[in-house]
Amino acid sequence: MTAPLLDVQNLTTSFRRDGAWREVVHGVSFTVNPRETVALVGESGSGKSVSALSLMRLTPRDSSRSGGRALFEGRDLLALPEAEMRKVRGDAIAMVFQEPMTSLNPVLTIGFQIAEGLMLHRGLTRDAAEAEAVRLLDRVRIPAARSRLHDYPHRFSGGMRQRVVIAMALACRPKLLIADEPTTALDVTVQAQILDLLKSLQDQEGMAVLFITHDMGVVAEIADRTVVMRHGRAVEAGDTAAIFRGAEHPYTRALLSSVPRLGSMAGEPRPLRFPIVSTTTGAVDVPPALPDTLKPADRPLLQVSGLTTRFDIRGGLFGRTRGRVHAVENVSFDLRAGETLSLVGESGCGKSTTGRSVLRLIEPAAGSVLLDGEDVLKLGPAALRERRKGMQMIFQDPFASLDPRMTVGKAIAEPILLNRLGNRAEARERTADLLARVGLSPDMAGRFPHEFSGGQRQRVCIARALAVRPRLIVADESVSALDVSVKAQVVNLMLELQASLGLAFLFISHDMAVVERVSHRVAVMYLGEIVEMGPRAAIFGAPQHPYTRRLLAAVPVPDPARRGARAALSVDEIRNPIRALDYLPPERRYREVSPGHVVQVWGEDWEPARPAAA
Amino acid sequence: MGAYLTRRLLIAIPSLLGISLILFVVLALAPGDPFSELATNPSVPPEVRMALRAKFGLDDPVMFRYWHWLVAMAGGDWGFSFQSRTDVAALILGRVPTTLFVVGSSQVLALVVAVPVGIVAAVRPYSLFDKVANTLAFAGFSLPTFFTGILFILVFSIQLHWLPFVYDADIQATGFQWYWLHVKQAIMPVCVLGFFQAASYTRYVRSAVLDVARLDYVTTARAKGLADSTVTLRHIARNGLIPVVTLVALQMPAVFGGAIVTEQIFRVPGIGALLINAMLSNDTPVVMAVTFVFACLVVLFNLIADLLYGWLDPRISFG
Repeated sequence: MTAPLLDVQNLTTSFRRDGAWREVVHGVSFTVNPRETVALVGESGSGKSVSALSLMRLTPRDSSRSGGRALFEGRDLLALPEAEMRKVRGDAIAMVFQEPMTSLNPVLTIGFQIAEGLMLHRGLTRDAAEAEAVRLLDRVRIPAARSRLHDYPHRFSGGMRQRVVIAMALACRPKLLIADEPTTALDVTVQAQILDLLKSLQDQEGMAVLFITHDMGVVAEIADRTVVMRHGRAVEAGDTAAIFRGAEHPYTRALLSSVPRLGSMAGEPRPLRFPIVSTTTGAVDVPPALPDTLKPADRPLLQVSGLTTRFDIRGGLFGRTRGRVHAVENVSFDLRAGETLSLVGESGCGKSTTGRSVLRLIEPAAGSVLLDGEDVLKLGPAALRERRKGMQMIFQDPFASLDPRMTVGKAIAEPILLNRLGNRAEARERTADLLARVGLSPDMAGRFPHEFSGGQRQRVCIARALAVRPRLIVADESVSALDVSVKAQVVNLMLELQASLGLAFLFISHDMAVVERVSHRVAVMYLGEIVEMGPRAAIFGAPQHPYTRRLLAAVPVPDPARRGARAALSVDEIRNPIRALDYLPPERRYREVSPGHVVQVWGEDWEPARPAAA
Repeated sequence: MGAYLTRRLLIAIPSLLGISLILFVVLALAPGDPFSELATNPSVPPEVRMALRAKFGLDDPVMFRYWHWLVAMAGGDWGFSFQSRTDVAALILGRVPTTLFVVGSSQVLALVVAVPVGIVAAVRPYSLFDKVANTLAFAGFSLPTFFTGILFILVFSIQLHWLPFVYDADIQATGFQWYWLHVKQAIMPVCVLGFFQAASYTRYVRSAVLDVARLDYVTTARAKGLADSTVTLRHIARNGLIPVVTLVALQMPAVFGGAIVTEQIFRVPGIGALLINAMLSNDTPVVMAVTFVFACLVVLFNLIADLLYGWLDPRISFG
């Protein structure tokens, strides 16, 4: 048994707030051995990121303090003088952060930012450091590394930026890489590429990785050992396979059970609620099956056909239109009352624009959106306001979608009063009713948004959307920003509301596992077009289009035993939908592979067409 | 870039024409007569006054006079001052050096104080230094310049007799003495204006830098092992000061336009003083020229600010 590379003993971290010290990490201990990957997993507020920052001593110096010991190769990181600690940072221990969009300095070239650490720790000249930077960019597989060295970060996509950040971290060949949610902000196919890259680089460099994440699927993919954190304490630690096989602590079991698993819905005819496991006792609440919410009706609630939305790009001397972003291109679908249609795809595929175009929050260029047979796109302003009562939206970020200076009661009552659906007393009554309906207590109406957690705020947003008694709700990544256990609860709430109110959901998400759980039907979008649409079982059970297959293959499987089963992924980037003015979208043909399951006929640019699965 | 510049300059033409038209009409409609002095003087017969009015075209229709002014302006003729009986251009150009010296120095002083203080305060928020700097900055821009100006005069001129309190543009001295007297009489107005400006700059710099200091790339830079001073200068200040550059560029017209209140208090013969005197004596050609030049400078420095922005921030491109 070799000595551990990093031995954290009884780490505590406190922050000073309003003059009082508040401890947020309460005595966490774990070890990381050389060449090993250890996952630090937990939900937001569990103290996992703070623990990592404390190890690097990157918490604010004046308003935080850490206790305990963190032995790295025998030296206590927490007791080193600041000058010595600086020599460790970026050299023996490097760090990668969550947000690739903000973790690079926008006014410095990527070459300089990579070279910076080399010049500092290795004493290289600028030229030598930049030559080394080219080599590092090659290693993280950035195409045409030499020519891109002097580019600024904004010229790279999110995935490419995260590669740059990794190259920066690897510059001095660290013995330990601390990766703080490095793939959370990325699309699922890009996440798979970055995880593959990290694994292969780890093998080549022989470094240890401390991987911080909230995603059990990622843990199963990458970690040798796992430490589960909750409320600033490590509640369970052990071999990753053992934890997934049989976790001891009820919280770990609750966490694992609320992880949406792709493929868990095979054979289920209808959407299913998530089982909720008590975090204290470990008792499992098996959800009763939901009633069939689909009723035979003469016509669908929403009929979208030929929807096209484009954005102009202007430039030149007189600001003429130079090109167009083809955000949504000839999209057609139906949605019945009580049905959930999911729009899935990666960032930039046009799924959010589709949702907004349906509500006419963005003015589409062409097509028709029939709500109850009436074309929303042809309505005048007054009629549109009237019709919007029938369709509401729930957004992704529950923090940004509520006015911080308005009590939640007022926020929920506002649409009722604006639409003259009742007087103040009635609005108050209905607000109380709605709060109860979304699982909050009616006396919370007087509180402000900051007094609520993320999950509770999303419940408030749902209540606000329900206030005008809509029949269609567009849920744009509504559960994506929530912790797994909260996500499960909010999804359950949405399913219950659908059962009791007969709501139709247009569920926009990139999270394939949640989509599998909630949808009746699924539409896969790529570059503004629907490439495949059909019943949920058909899309997940027999995907046809190469893009659907690639999307499904990239989803991390929360099962360590099936690690490595995934096929290698290419370094492809999503192509951009910017087109010249005279661009004519190609004529698309669709074929129906089974009842209701249609696939766009793909051309040469996709891999050679495989024979359709029987 | 070339196309962008051309487009901006083309857009500037109609806006400047509009500004000049509004200024001209407002001044023409304003009550008051540059020859009112003559009207009350019994030794000047009314016919002479009428003849003067006709000579200067004051009885013509407004639009006709505006056209006249515009053509002259385009030809480089800024008009003729009723009050001082000289060309407006000569009048203004005579005042520019003093204004540039006094107001320009005060801007430099403001930046020299505000940038380091703001950065240090932001890097160590809520420290003792930050609290003291904040309090002083708050006091600084709460006190108007006419108050601090008079206070300075009371203390340094009247009590201590250190500095002169009337600015003299025509100092009769030579060599080193000439420079020294100029500097000495400029100290008070420069400090009054400079500290007032520094107070608001400090708060602006502090909040701009504070916004940057909590961004991820700053943590990334610290995680590389860079020293605090390097992180502050290279990663925080460079980004945080981009909006400050714009703010300063937009203050530049004021450097040429002068500071009306402060120039009055210290009797600095600058553009601000010229403007206020011209207004009091209904000397419309001077008022028109000064305000129009000021408008041109605002448009010009707005453009410069935008170009600077694009140069400092690689994310902005001039398409």
